Amino acid sequence: MSTLAHPASGRRNTQRVRKWGPAAIVFGIGMALWQWVLPALGVERYLLPPLSDVLQAFWDNRSELVRGGWITFKEALGGFVLGCSLAFGFALVLARWRPLGSALMPYMIAANAVPIVAFAPITNAWFGTLSPWSKVVIAAVLCFFPVLVNTLRGLTSLRPESLELMRSYAAPQRVVFARARIPNSLPFVFSALKIASVLAMIGAVVGDYFGGSTEALGVQIVSSVSLAQYETAWAAILVASLIGIAFYAAVALAERLVVGWHPSIRAGVD
Amino acid sequence: MKPSEAVVTARGISKTFGKGGVTALQDIELDVGRGEFISLIGPSGCGKSTLLRVIGDLVDPTSGEIRVNGKSARQARLDRDYGIVFQSAVLYDWRTVAKNIALPLELMGFNRAERAARVQELLSLVELDGFEKHYPWQLSGGMQQRVSIARALSFTPALLLMDEPFGALDEMTRERMNDELLRIWTEIRSTVIFVTHSITEAVYLSTRVVVMSPRPGRITSVLPIDLEQPRTRETREDPRFFELVTEVREALHAGGADDVVEEPEVVE
Repeated sequence: MSTLAHPASGRRNTQRVRKWGPAAIVFGIGMALWQWVLPALGVERYLLPPLSDVLQAFWDNRSELVRGGWITFKEALGGFVLGCSLAFGFALVLARWRPLGSALMPYMIAANAVPIVAFAPITNAWFGTLSPWSKVVIAAVLCFFPVLVNTLRGLTSLRPESLELMRSYAAPQRVVFARARIPNSLPFVFSALKIASVLAMIGAVVGDYFGGSTEALGVQIVSSVSLAQYETAWAAILVASLIGIAFYAAVALAERLVVGWHPSIRAGVD
Repeated sequence: MKPSEAVVTARGISKTFGKGGVTALQDIELDVGRGEFISLIGPSGCGKSTLLRVIGDLVDPTSGEIRVNGKSARQARLDRDYGIVFQSAVLYDWRTVAKNIALPLELMGFNRAERAARVQELLSLVELDGFEKHYPWQLSGGMQQRVSIARALSFTPALLLMDEPFGALDEMTRERMNDELLRIWTEIRSTVIFVTHSITEAVYLSTRVVVMSPRPGRITSVLPIDLEQPRTRETREDPRFFELVTEVREALHAGGADDVVEEPEVVE
């Protein structure tokens, strides 16, 4: 067995290198440009400090940055959970009572186009500048609309025969939702959750910009810039980006576990 | 035919879609006896799929009365008196073959052991043993349609409604599926109402062929098919088979099938 396993795993490694190699090379080039080429071209420190200085700033301020990242992540996660669950529940109601859906949907789509971060200073007035809730609400509102619109599409985009089949079994609405509409919606829901994970992080950081606990990541970015500590600001942005990527990856992993049967996921698995 | 033997009785069924819209069905009179294999044949727009859906209480007729197993069509649906197979297999992508077949059993409250046993029986009936853990996308079109037939038969309904179930398959697969369907029909002895627009398929499978014509959708003739049972590969080469195919074709043309411009079947 083991003699057979080796060539197979070797082939898998080769495939992995083929798949990820180009991306790794681009990453390396990008980092090298940042570190050496930009300073050589005379890009000033306040525009973009060299990579090594940013990493040094991260190391020097690691405990504050990690604590700040955790605070801001909790705001983002709270908003994500709140906004996504409300949107999912709302979508269920609108899908169940279609006239209600047709009445409200135009406004939902219009509201989706509103630049919601514009409300960030207002939520501070509502909940208090230092309260995490003002950031949670911004993140939640940002998550709400894409999840609502996508979930509703998933709940209602069944083939007519799928519903006729349920009708032929005399299935009550509760069963139609549990066995047909909700499973059908899941690929749509997860696409929306991936978008929402990114939006939640944006909402939380931008919410921080308008004030909050001095430890929060967004507040650290603003105060570092005002103190001309650009390296620290960039290190904080780096932390925010890493959290955003990890958040997205966690949702993508959940997607793979829950809707592994869906063609778009299958295409990604070898 | 004694009324007690009638599985489906249609009296003066008409269906109009929309206000002053298309008359999909007009004055349909039809009796289907227990154990019969009835094909509804006609060009697109003749209302054959609509008639099937009226029988299944999936579409309400504008007027007329329909009885299924001596009850209203609605009551028959609520009693789960029929199984239905569509042109596409309509399997749920998130369910394995076994779970797709067991779906109606789940809704009807059969326990896990009963469902598992029944799924095994059905898998061998449709010759898909060993495929229970597969997902729909791992199967060919013909195999998917066999899963869909197994699902329709899972709760042993006395009536099977089939809406062009083999329309999307290639000719070879279709002929093989025809033979399998006849074998299953002989085994389970249920009544089948089968919508098709293939003349040879209708003649090969049926005990009676109901010829329909469009605008308005109506029954123009009903032809008994007196070919010997069971039907086999030789049946397809029997001179009587060709005579009957010709009869059905002429009935279709007499009903005005020639004037028809291709258009999608009227389904709600």
